[in-house]
Amino acid sequence: MDDLLADFLTETHEGLVALDAALVRLERAPEDAATLSEVFRIVHTIKGTCGFLGLSRMESVAHAGENVLGRYRDGTLPVSRGGISLILRAGDCIRAIVAGLEATGAEPAGDDAGLIAALNAKANGEGLATPAEATVGAAAVEAATPLPPPAATLAGTGPAQAEAESPASGGAVSAPQTIRVSVDVLEDLMMLVSELVLTRNQLLQLARNQTDSAFAVPLQRLSHITSDLQEGVMKTRMQPIGNAWAKLPRLVRDLSVELGKKIDLEMRGAETELDRQVLELIKDPLTHMVRNSGDHGLEGPEERRRAGKPETGRITLNAYHEGGHIIIEIADDGRGLNLERIRQKALAQGLATEAELAGMSEREIQRFIFRAGFSTAAAVTAVSGRGVGMDVVKTNIERIGGTIEVHSKEGSGTRFLIKIPLTLAIVSALIVQSGGERFAVPQIGVVELVRVGGAGAARLERIKDAPVLRLRDRLLPLVRLASLLRLDDDQPQEESGFVIVTQVGAHVFGIIVDRVFDTEEIVVKPVAPILRHVTMFSGNTILGDGSVIMILDPNGIARATGVGAEGGEAEAERDAARPAALLQSDTRTALLLFRAGDATPKAVPLGLVARLEDVAREKIECAGGRPLVQYRGQLMPLVPLSGVWDAAGAPERQPVLVFSDGDRAMGLMVEEILDVVDEALVIDSAGERPGYLGSAVIGGKVTEMIDTAWWLRQAGADWFGGSGVGAPARGQRVLVVEDSAFFRNLVVPALGAAGYAVTAVADAEEALRLRDAGAGFEAIVSDIQMPGMGGVGLARAVREGGPWQALPLIALTGRAEPADIARGRNAGFTDYVAKFDRAALLESLRQCLSAPVQG
Amino acid sequence: MQQAMNGAAATAPKPPSAAPGRGASPLGDVTAESYLTLTVADQLCGVPVLAVRDVLGAQTITRIPLAPPEVAGSLNLRGRIVTAIDLRRRLGLPPRGAEEGAAMSVVVERDNELYSLLADQVGEVLPLPRADRAPNPPTLDPMWREVSDGVHRMGERLLILLDVERILAIG
Repeated sequence: MDDLLADFLTETHEGLVALDAALVRLERAPEDAATLSEVFRIVHTIKGTCGFLGLSRMESVAHAGENVLGRYRDGTLPVSRGGISLILRAGDCIRAIVAGLEATGAEPAGDDAGLIAALNAKANGEGLATPAEATVGAAAVEAATPLPPPAATLAGTGPAQAEAESPASGGAVSAPQTIRVSVDVLEDLMMLVSELVLTRNQLLQLARNQTDSAFAVPLQRLSHITSDLQEGVMKTRMQPIGNAWAKLPRLVRDLSVELGKKIDLEMRGAETELDRQVLELIKDPLTHMVRNSGDHGLEGPEERRRAGKPETGRITLNAYHEGGHIIIEIADDGRGLNLERIRQKALAQGLATEAELAGMSEREIQRFIFRAGFSTAAAVTAVSGRGVGMDVVKTNIERIGGTIEVHSKEGSGTRFLIKIPLTLAIVSALIVQSGGERFAVPQIGVVELVRVGGAGAARLERIKDAPVLRLRDRLLPLVRLASLLRLDDDQPQEESGFVIVTQVGAHVFGIIVDRVFDTEEIVVKPVAPILRHVTMFSGNTILGDGSVIMILDPNGIARATGVGAEGGEAEAERDAARPAALLQSDTRTALLLFRAGDATPKAVPLGLVARLEDVAREKIECAGGRPLVQYRGQLMPLVPLSGVWDAAGAPERQPVLVFSDGDRAMGLMVEEILDVVDEALVIDSAGERPGYLGSAVIGGKVTEMIDTAWWLRQAGADWFGGSGVGAPARGQRVLVVEDSAFFRNLVVPALGAAGYAVTAVADAEEALRLRDAGAGFEAIVSDIQMPGMGGVGLARAVREGGPWQALPLIALTGRAEPADIARGRNAGFTDYVAKFDRAALLESLRQCLSAPVQG
Repeated sequence: MQQAMNGAAATAPKPPSAAPGRGASPLGDVTAESYLTLTVADQLCGVPVLAVRDVLGAQTITRIPLAPPEVAGSLNLRGRIVTAIDLRRRLGLPPRGAEEGAAMSVVVERDNELYSLLADQVGEVLPLPRADRAPNPPTLDPMWREVSDGVHRMGERLLILLDVERILAIG
């Protein structure tokens, strides 16, 4: 049987029982308006649902009954015993039809004309004269007279019902294999089972310490039964997520009519089950989000046609289990989040400054939509855009220990990912120790565990005082749990331990703890009211060994540390964002330190150096007064950094830094390779001398940065000329936008040497001024990380229009993660080149210029 | 293990010792109220015996970081989590020294939540005649005045009557 029909039958059964009781009450107290409206409401509901389900026979009976009740309610017809009998008869008739429905799935045939006519006559006041219809008030004396038994009444309505009645009584026992149990009973059961699980854990812990105890076997059995019981009770609370979705098709249909859009709703994984408590809590957020997708996300048919998309927009709901959690995706193929508008709105609301926005990743900017009062809908529609939206959604989801993420691509749609626990009652948690105390961390937030300190493990690093961890090329901000909980006043900070990599929304951060024990199933209990203000904990619990333990709330920790704060703690968030910004290779560069000439250490970006070689003295030859070496089948010019090279005084083995380009190479002779360090470069260019960019303090020592381009030229003016990668450029104009003088000095000569006419500017704003002044170029090479509008902003401004709209744009960056590249391409960059890779830059330029991109 | 310890160490409220001149049950006595006496840093205190749910010996107490200073931590009482309040801190008295031994717990209930009041020693249940009760002296430390229901003369010593409700009004 159809679910809808089954629900309707259950509801109607209940309604009819209530109807009988209420009618009887009404008869006794005809003036009771509350009872009257209750009766009216029940009949009205039945009628409404019948109409919806196309049950015409039942509908007409209910409708006739409603007419009479309507007159009663309006006070235009006095409540009479006869009238109530008629309505009771109508109720019985409906009951008979329901029974038929239950048995066969279709309305049984039958003729209700007599009943309907009687009801209509009643409603029209025609029956008033008949003696039997004396009003209840006047006929109080008759009150003792028993009502005609329903069966007798029913008999008059035709044999169809009488027949239907008998299978119904049998069917009622067998057909619905469900009973309705009050939620409270289930909650109590769940609580008891939770306690049982705890006690079981405690017993098991005790038994573990006693080998061959007589209790071992029964305990094992108790343990199994407890697990089964827990599972069983959990199952009673599980409901398919489709229950929360049931109303969405209708909602989407109404939306599409209201907004004049064509919307398809696709629902997948509706049978995925989750705890009804969780289900209740996510129902509203889900509805809200689907409404949002329809209203803001999807475009009108006209706009979609213009964007080359099918006219009908699509909203996809998808639910599935993943590692003890439920993932719900709400996706649309609409216009996506308008980053520019979010930026402007964030600026206008003072949530961030322009500079901060410039430094934010696309994801960070998109997350502004979760801030309170943030709505990007230009116009407030009846459907959404009132600014009470995603922040409420986020809060509701976080309240149940879930997380929400947004992925959006302008022009192609938005996807929300909600991750929520299957159940709130029992969670799997990691038991950790910090500052001598143990804590439980719910596993939903744990991405991975990393061992730090000690031999062979990752090392904690610090940026000023902020600890960070380099994890697979990404810098992870860390918080020390002991410091956060103020537990380490008297303990020295140990540099070994574990980092719990935690994800809250799109923010990933690490929590440093001293030890990690194992995982345990815990029952979350709320903390005492006097501790509610401590937001770092989501509850407490009793472990198997009987000790009480606090449960950490990753959301609370994120908020306390400012990571991922979306609720107006912008200041804290900015502070936390700082260490992440320092990570960018723009500011941290791997440098090769060496010594040559004098005692001052010299440095060169490691990325520029192709290889380090150790050349034997006798291999070095002289040609035309210049040292050379046969290197990989070619002659490689050698340039002494000290300025002179004397074969006699040379050491036996000569360290050489090899710079290469295609199949050509050049060697820089130095005296000693010192180290490779990762440093933030602050170059002081005072006291310039040829061959050097300036000096920087590296590892506490003043170090000179060599100007690689200058040294390369020393190897011969034609060094770049015949680069093996195709024809040399013929004076094509290239604009280089780069804030760092160091890299500007690196890129400009390299491009110049390759035959390009290079103009260099320090920021995007200056570049745009050049455009507005009418300067023309064939290509633009731009850094991504720059103060002001940054490279992405520049790309957007260039692509928006103007004479440079179709120019090839090459991004130059130290960060070349796939996400960055995607981001750059979205913004309009044609290609993406790592900062030190001169060959790749030249190759990219050559390709871009030989096949210009189309706007 | 926990349970065994509770059983062994618990000093269940003792039956009232026959107070001189009073044979009637203290609970039914309208002229006297029964109090459980306890000592906090040598100060004698009394808690209405009807408010007391349990008396426990030394317990493993889990510290709760970031909690108000008066909260000593939480402990497990037969599967229920009890929040422990350090009466010394609550009354602004010096902290317990190591040589003074472990604290005892007087468990009270408020709004379905259990709290344990940590005292140095727990004495006996005494019927305290109302006649011997005096209001708080106006010079009493404001912190004490806030949690005290009055002062009781106990021969040589003075007993402070603690108002459990107000003791728990923390934070």
